[in-house]
Amino acid sequence: MKATRQAYGETLVELGRENPDVVVLDADLSASTMTRMFGKAFPDRFFNVGIAEQNLMSVAGGLAAAGKTVFASTFAIFATGRAFDQVRVSIAHNRLDVKIAATHSGLTVGEDGASHQALEDIALMRVLPNMTVVVPADATEAAQAVRAAAAQPGPFYIRLGRPPVPMLFGPEYRFVLGRATVLRQGTGVVVFATGHMVAVALEAAGILWGEGISAGVVNVSTIKPLDVETIVAAAKRCGAAVTVEEHSIIGGLGSAVAEALCENFPVPLVRVGVRDVFGESGKPAELLKAYGLSADGVVNACREVTKRK
Amino acid sequence: MRDTRKLQQTAREIRKSILIATTEAGSGHPGGSLSSVEILTALYFDIMRVDPDNPRWDGRDRFVLSKGHAAPVLYATLAERGFFSKDLLLTLRRLGSPLQGHPDMNRTPGVDASTGSLGQGLSFACGLALGARLDGKGWRVYAVVGDGESEEGQIWEAAMFAAHYGLSNLTVFHDWNGLQIDGPCELVMNPYPLDAKWSAFGWNVLVIDGHDFGQVFEAADKARACTDKPTVIIARTVKGKGVSFMENQAQWHGKAASKEQLVEALAGIEKGGVSGGA
Repeated sequence: MKATRQAYGETLVELGRENPDVVVLDADLSASTMTRMFGKAFPDRFFNVGIAEQNLMSVAGGLAAAGKTVFASTFAIFATGRAFDQVRVSIAHNRLDVKIAATHSGLTVGEDGASHQALEDIALMRVLPNMTVVVPADATEAAQAVRAAAAQPGPFYIRLGRPPVPMLFGPEYRFVLGRATVLRQGTGVVVFATGHMVAVALEAAGILWGEGISAGVVNVSTIKPLDVETIVAAAKRCGAAVTVEEHSIIGGLGSAVAEALCENFPVPLVRVGVRDVFGESGKPAELLKAYGLSADGVVNACREVTKRK
Repeated sequence: MRDTRKLQQTAREIRKSILIATTEAGSGHPGGSLSSVEILTALYFDIMRVDPDNPRWDGRDRFVLSKGHAAPVLYATLAERGFFSKDLLLTLRRLGSPLQGHPDMNRTPGVDASTGSLGQGLSFACGLALGARLDGKGWRVYAVVGDGESEEGQIWEAAMFAAHYGLSNLTVFHDWNGLQIDGPCELVMNPYPLDAKWSAFGWNVLVIDGHDFGQVFEAADKARACTDKPTVIIARTVKGKGVSFMENQAQWHGKAASKEQLVEALAGIEKGGVSGGA
């Protein structure tokens, strides 16, 4: 078990060693976002802007315009909600080399409750032109996604989580930007999952196979640009699809997949996610279960959608 | 010795360009463009190191028009300085023109920062200044902020940041023209006193007549000499400066002169209706 934010913090230190142009900004959450590790290793290239997320994003844009590769970190809701216009005008519109690496996304923030649970961030970043959106499923993928973002110029949104999550991939795994990965082939129903929900989707697929339903699982870690080819191929093979994400069913992975399938190869679809409500306080595992983001929730969605084939 | 008479003539040309371009476009922001003319003229024709033939020259000083709606004064100044043809000013705000309604760093030669959403430009300028310092580069960053714009909270986030990190390579002109869209700033949402606020935030504060070239140069020299903190030059200006019927009228914030009004305005500027300083 390892948190994706932990992998982010470790990878940043490696990048700092390899590239003197990497600069990191944080807004008083460096212990939580793990950028403090970089700050300790490279104090001359780490800047705390204080509790000022608007300034965080526009300063990041200016630094990038001066030739730096900038990582800007805070919690997901503040990065994308509070500073949306700054991300839009100071970064995305200019195609500047800023990587917004936001932690504490989704319900698994836990006890802090609704104000801190970003369930809209994928939607907010996906709608911005020039923005690449990546949601790693585990620590291995997070480390590689951070490296991929550093290697490719331009704005990125990297969605990271708070709690330790299962390690799904070994060191041999290769993250490819813009490529969805088939983790399990199926013929009856395909589950498109992202972030922490990939592990849940794999668990659900195991249960379904026990019931005789051939369920495939696809890890959609790059939400934008979306790997339409892989998604459509899986939908063709299975004839029914479920999406699952730790995010509102409006605007995130579910919407992206629905758009792709409707335009290319419509199949019955059920979106599993937070159903247009705000979150609340609770333990991460309790919250996921309460909001239907558990293996049971995905299994039920798969049973339902296969009946509509 | 600086030839301020020549600069005054340049400023008159820039004023004429602002009016011609906005009237041709049928929209735009002449009021706050006219209040900043001497500041931009002094910057682009004397204070800043720039190369019109190589707009992205790495060693250039950077300029950020944080009050991005004053784009016409930036475009008119860049054209006057030779970054592009003055004919291009006639395409302002037209579909396909490099001269967008608000500055766009990827479309216009000489534009160093995209602005338009108020409050962001000063933070962006802070990022540029920090980047220069990280690389040990000698170029400086200049920004123009509006007084109405300083009602945005982000201006004060940036003010805190620049002082905290001692960005002495950053110089801000605070264009104190006293008016915003809905009327006098102190009636809409009082941002004053400006000098006490900047002082409290830890900046080197200078107050000048923003239409007096001598005072602009003296302040810029003092800003360069200050090596431990950023400098703000609070420039008292007149919105609509140089056009009798626009001066101190909030209604000319975001409205272009008609063709008839343009003839009157250009004649007034030709007659030397602008003080342009001592």
